[in-house]
Amino acid sequence: MKRMALALLLAFAPLSPVFAVQPDEVLADAGLEARARAISRNLRCPVCQGESIDDSNAPISRDLRLVVRERIMAGDTDAQVVDFVVSRYGEFVLFSPKAEGANLILWLAGPGLLLVGGIGAFAYIRKRGRGVVPAEALSADEQSRLRDLLEK
Amino acid sequence: MIVEFGHFALVLALAVAVVQTVVPMWGAYRRNAALMAVAEPAAMIQFVLIAASFAALTYAFVTSDFSLVLVVQNSHTLKPMLYKISGVWGNHEGSLLLWALILALFGACAAWFGDNLPPTLKARVIAVQGSIGVAFLMFMLFTSNPFLRLAVPPLDGLDLNPLLQDPGLAFHPPFLYLGYVGLSMAFSFAVAALIEGRVDAAWGRWVRPWTLAAWIFLTIGIALGSWWAYYELGWGGFWFWDPVENASFMPWLLAIALLHSAIVVEKRESLKAWTILLAIMAFGFSLIGTFIVRSGVITSVHSFANDPERGVFILMILAVFMGGALTLFAFRAGSMEAKGLFAMVSRESALVANNLLLSVAAFVVFIGTIWPLLAELFFGRTLSVGEPFFNAAFSPFAVALAVILPIGAMMPWKRGEIMRGFRPLIPAMLLAFAAGSLVWAMQTGRTALGPVGVALGIWVVLGAVVDLWSRTGRGPVAGRFARLGRLPRADWGKATAHAGMGITMFAVCAMLAWKTEDIRIVQEGGTYALGPYEVTLTSVDEVRGPNYFSTMATMEVRRDGAMVATLTPEKRMYPVQGMPTTEAAIDYGFWRDIYLVIGDPQVGGGYAVRSYIEPFANWLWAGCLIMAFGGLLSLTDRRYRVAAGASRRAGAVPAE
Repeated sequence: MKRMALALLLAFAPLSPVFAVQPDEVLADAGLEARARAISRNLRCPVCQGESIDDSNAPISRDLRLVVRERIMAGDTDAQVVDFVVSRYGEFVLFSPKAEGANLILWLAGPGLLLVGGIGAFAYIRKRGRGVVPAEALSADEQSRLRDLLEK
Repeated sequence: MIVEFGHFALVLALAVAVVQTVVPMWGAYRRNAALMAVAEPAAMIQFVLIAASFAALTYAFVTSDFSLVLVVQNSHTLKPMLYKISGVWGNHEGSLLLWALILALFGACAAWFGDNLPPTLKARVIAVQGSIGVAFLMFMLFTSNPFLRLAVPPLDGLDLNPLLQDPGLAFHPPFLYLGYVGLSMAFSFAVAALIEGRVDAAWGRWVRPWTLAAWIFLTIGIALGSWWAYYELGWGGFWFWDPVENASFMPWLLAIALLHSAIVVEKRESLKAWTILLAIMAFGFSLIGTFIVRSGVITSVHSFANDPERGVFILMILAVFMGGALTLFAFRAGSMEAKGLFAMVSRESALVANNLLLSVAAFVVFIGTIWPLLAELFFGRTLSVGEPFFNAAFSPFAVALAVILPIGAMMPWKRGEIMRGFRPLIPAMLLAFAAGSLVWAMQTGRTALGPVGVALGIWVVLGAVVDLWSRTGRGPVAGRFARLGRLPRADWGKATAHAGMGITMFAVCAMLAWKTEDIRIVQEGGTYALGPYEVTLTSVDEVRGPNYFSTMATMEVRRDGAMVATLTPEKRMYPVQGMPTTEAAIDYGFWRDIYLVIGDPQVGGGYAVRSYIEPFANWLWAGCLIMAFGGLLSLTDRRYRVAAGASRRAGAVPAE
């Protein structure tokens, strides 16, 4: 048993599929708890590799989960809670980097490329379409002949 | 002895790969049939040699030959046989050997099935494929040799990472690699065509089955990985936007784009340069994926089996192949004249839109994956990019794709009318909209994700049905049903794959939107409510497995007093690696999975228990399988089989 506890303590190991949120952490108010879960899913465990504090088993993640819940109980808004954690651990803990400064490149890369690619594609299609003869509507005779053929 | 034999075979394979690269390429340049003919036996010999090497390594694992460093580090005598075998590729060196084996397999397949190719193109394709083999065999022999011996072998090994001791993960890497490496064929065809300076409808037709096969494997591989994460990691999540997952997702997206643009090359001889570029980039992203996974440059939850020093070598491979191919592309792209003209409203335009959305989506995943690296290198900021970013930045593309899919799929080639194409789809659209609204009205205070998923799913699936039905022409219903069975398999494949896509999208939305979670302490014998079910923790026992100790809970799930399932979630401890794993117990169902996880014993008695109801979970993987099956149907279409048969008949007569 002791060995297992030790193993659990050492389990910042990547991909440790062990318990994250413990029953004793859960807030009584379901609405507040849901907020806490939503916030902690977007906060990264500072010592793990790519796990949110909601998923992580590391002791520091537990501390952070408790901090998040304390701040919520103290009446902070979601943004205030996140700012509080970021002020202590830096922007590293944010899974969704703030769209400011250099991060604008990250956020605008997709829409920007879509715009550029869209203009390019549009120009290409227009160029390819230049030789296409516009569809001529069938005359009344042709329409009736077509109907005859289809119904046969 | 057998190990030395395997080692020697690997070195010999490198020599053969060099011959396979140089001689046919030179022969194609000099139009020398004898030199070009070297390609075929060389490709086959290379494959046989690497297969022998792989067999030797497998033998070492199966017999627990602890004089090999690799076996010591990744195996154990007590490990079940399945994992002794899967342990061969459950590590860096072995997985590279599998990579090289599959690469050589595709090269050999090009030699076997390539009889209908023009001789120079065939020689060049096999030569380019050989050059990739040279790069990876060198990488393996110089930095990651699986056959290194130990002077003093230990009595027993260190065991495989217990998370990898799982049937799902045993088969995940081979499928993924078949997909990754399969894209090398598209790359080889693209580079060979660039050297030839000719891309025509026939080229589009040759490259498509290879891309399709690679995409099918990639789809299955990704689905297996996602399923593994779902049941093994114990969070009930199925996709984590982890760099390693993204590494397989980017080539998948580009492979879809490539499949669709190659149709335009095949049917309409347009989009040639773009298709070549996509073929190069799709394999480029496979290499980037390999780089990300194998170098550990972007630390991720998949960080087993990484080594920063090897990253440089892979980066060099990436630079040589991408740099070379793109330079070639820059010189030759202008010479590829498009033939087919098409109007603004046409199938071609719809496929251009499909390609635009897929490529930009792949790019978004790419920039999100490498942004932490770039931000640290250039701006000195350490930051993270995770699920919230990808959900926000990627999802719009997926939604846009699903919205245009049914309309584009029914659009006629060359010139269409938006209203005429849209009319047969109006019932599907109304139904999708109505179902989405109904779900929206029924659920209160939840995200819009659920209704959007329902609407998109119905729209795409019904769109596929309408598409197939419209292919049967006009006339009495009975006649159309009869014609349904005689439609080309490519039509069935298209509709099936599209429907699978719709099902997958719906399931993703449903799981994200409607999951039920419960975390609590339960005493032995205690009962709690989980949605409409009552769950009882009957007992908790200590059990011994072949190479682990287990704390196994027995839990009974009832609904209105009637027994639904008895589940045994476990918490395992693998003493050799000193690592605990969680074995969730899942009652699989058509509408929902009940997902139970047992946690630590609590100070005040009882156990922490996590329970989930995962709605439509199996639809997700079923959707992926349906997609892959659609690809398979398309792959067995008559026009590929006929072409293969014709070439065999032609081959019976001595050609030279």
